[in-house]
Amino acid sequence: MNAFFASPNVEAALVASAIVAALSAAIGYFVVLRGLSFAGHAVTDIGMTGGAGAMLAGLDPLVGLIAFSVGAGAAVGAFGERARERDVATGLVLAFALGAGALFLHLQTAFANAQTTLLFGSIFDVAPALLRVVAAIGVVALAVLTALYRPLLFASVAPLAARSVGVPVRTLGYAFLIVMAVAVAETAQIVGVLIATALLVGPAATAMTLVREPLRGIALAMTIGIGISWLSIACAFASFDLSRGAQSWPASFFVAVITLVVYVAARAFRERRA
Amino acid sequence: MPDLAAGLAHPWLQNALCGAAIVAVVAAIVGTFVVMRGASFATHALSQIGFAGAAGAVYAGVPPAFGLIAFSLLGAFGLGALSLRSRSSDVPTALVLVASLGTGALFLALTDDFGSDVTSFLFGTIVGVARAQVAVTFVAALCALAVLAVIARPLLFATVARDAARSAGVDVAALDVVFLVVVGLAAAITVPIVGALLVFALTIGPAAAASRLCTRPAAAFALAIVLGLIAAGCGVALAYETDWPVGFFISAIALLEYVVARAIR
Amino acid sequence: MNAAIPAVDFAGVDFKRGERTILGRATFAVEPGEFVGIIGGNGAGKSTLLQLTMGLLAPSRGEIRVFGAPPRATHGTIGYVPQRIELDPDVPLRARDFVALGVDGAKFGIPFPSARRRSLVDAALADVGATPFADKPAGRLSGGEQQRLAIAQAIVGRPKLLLLDEPLANLDLSAAAGIVETTARIARERGITVLLVAHDVNPLVRYMDRVLYLANGRAAIGAVDEIVNEDTLSRLYDRPVDVLRVRGRIIVVAGDA
Repeated sequence: MNAFFASPNVEAALVASAIVAALSAAIGYFVVLRGLSFAGHAVTDIGMTGGAGAMLAGLDPLVGLIAFSVGAGAAVGAFGERARERDVATGLVLAFALGAGALFLHLQTAFANAQTTLLFGSIFDVAPALLRVVAAIGVVALAVLTALYRPLLFASVAPLAARSVGVPVRTLGYAFLIVMAVAVAETAQIVGVLIATALLVGPAATAMTLVREPLRGIALAMTIGIGISWLSIACAFASFDLSRGAQSWPASFFVAVITLVVYVAARAFRERRA
Repeated sequence: MPDLAAGLAHPWLQNALCGAAIVAVVAAIVGTFVVMRGASFATHALSQIGFAGAAGAVYAGVPPAFGLIAFSLLGAFGLGALSLRSRSSDVPTALVLVASLGTGALFLALTDDFGSDVTSFLFGTIVGVARAQVAVTFVAALCALAVLAVIARPLLFATVARDAARSAGVDVAALDVVFLVVVGLAAAITVPIVGALLVFALTIGPAAAASRLCTRPAAAFALAIVLGLIAAGCGVALAYETDWPVGFFISAIALLEYVVARAIR
Repeated sequence: MNAAIPAVDFAGVDFKRGERTILGRATFAVEPGEFVGIIGGNGAGKSTLLQLTMGLLAPSRGEIRVFGAPPRATHGTIGYVPQRIELDPDVPLRARDFVALGVDGAKFGIPFPSARRRSLVDAALADVGATPFADKPAGRLSGGEQQRLAIAQAIVGRPKLLLLDEPLANLDLSAAAGIVETTARIARERGITVLLVAHDVNPLVRYMDRVLYLANGRAAIGAVDEIVNEDTLSRLYDRPVDVLRVRGRIIVVAGDA
């Protein structure tokens, strides 16, 4: 276990994952409240195309991730009011973006591992420079969310009433989608595009099952998120240790599975209590 | 540029075209219900569950089709059970989806040969579709369509008038689960050709376009099949000509079909 | 049909949700062919009563009979009209396809064209005045038009009992009046018993045979004048209630407890 804390890679992984988990959980609370799980997932996946495109163009993948995620967030917002139409349109734009991502990855033969790194993350490989970027973006995004908190909550649960007292409901919806896009792009950079949804939706939905009050719920969600990501890192590290360095299990696997287990357990707990 | 007509002499291209045509028909029919029920997300999730199954099968050294079908069916039941008592199926779908992706990532990491075998399940391939695989695809497609034919009428009733259907004695909750199982089966056979990430382009693209253009159910199903066959056929042909991933072409054509349908009506 | 068997018979029915009593000792009978309006405030148990009648909920105590049989075994004898049908505008169904689901939508398999189904659907569409838009896309019709389709779907299978759950809630006054008039005429022509749930007694007064008033978990049934008066309602609500009649309209004003 000493090796665990001594390793600088592990330390960077713990810090970075705590930042993205806390941010994802806070934003995820509103994602679940607004029924945007699919949109949230789509935005991450579309970010993959951006990441792959940026690599193809010789840029930092984070730039492409954020650019495409934010664009996708705005596009999802523009699809308008009707839930079912949003469902289909989100799905098809997502499918096309994934197709384009597949093409970019296909064209880019330079790194064989780029594809899986982008898709499934590389949490033990966080460079100090990236850590600083992640921290800065995380602080800004959380600050924006704090500023938006009250009107956003109102607009999420009672849009018509909120509009009647002068809350700019539509603008707020867009602003939120963009903050969400930044958050998931950042998370994707750490845990991988395909798993970012887990930290976005899982802790928030779990907290919502257990606690009714929003602020306490968000705090609990952040705690659960950080707990899940640290536990996952520990498990991944242990799997490396247990196999004597021969083969380690990806942290992404643990994040995804632990998130699902925690959510199912929370629901079972609530149903037993009810 | 290789000539498609000459290429048709290759058995593997014939197999790819046959397989693509079968999955296009199934995807179009299932997709029409998916669009009506607003179940795109569940469809997306079930195809990725199939990816985890395929990756697992490759790791265990058994034919991927078994892993695909087993995981998809299991995922469908799990998703149905989790969604049964929750207000919206959004959150369970997202979490089951990422759990299966995570499992897929694990199998991917454990499989020594880090090669294209498993990642081709993510993005699809037209190379190496064996005759036997076409046969499995055909049988599974028949099963999916047979189940769908049996439940078609109550499913339509429960989809457009849930309360009235329940009062008429339709077991709507059981139908929800059976429908997810059919979607899972359809996704399982579509994954190897189109790729797990792109299955639902073929599932909802043609169906959404057809639903927008048609007012009768029978016409919507028929048009969806035609549009699906066009997307699959052109996708395979273009992939053969360019050597680019087939999923890219299929998803692009499916999106184009939907955009054109929206422009028309 | 044996006239001695009521269409709907509640005998000492209790229904509790958790600790809350929704219905207590509800006892009443509706005769075949009657048009009964079910009136009560929010949460008075109006929809619960319909669900009990359909067998979708089971009573905590007491017995319910529909045409002499337990509610579970009544599929095909009951037609149900929900508060509103929420159809996606792009759903690929014409109005007649939507109504046809009421004929055999609960049966397994694919529907093949049938002259019998077509004539049933045409008759139901004509009865609700939906013939002019029978071939239009169902999802693009107005709320009032969709409500007519829901009624057509409920009656097309020739039920003996028609249940309507707040069919007037989202309609303007003239559309509401039209729906009630249509329902009453169809019920008379086809000999269907009707239970219609509503907030307001006024649109129903001219058409209903009796009113079933729900308040405080209690039910009272009778002619409009027997029930909607100050004595009966004050007893039902446990507090003074004024009943005003203004220009032919009835206004119920409940005082403080």
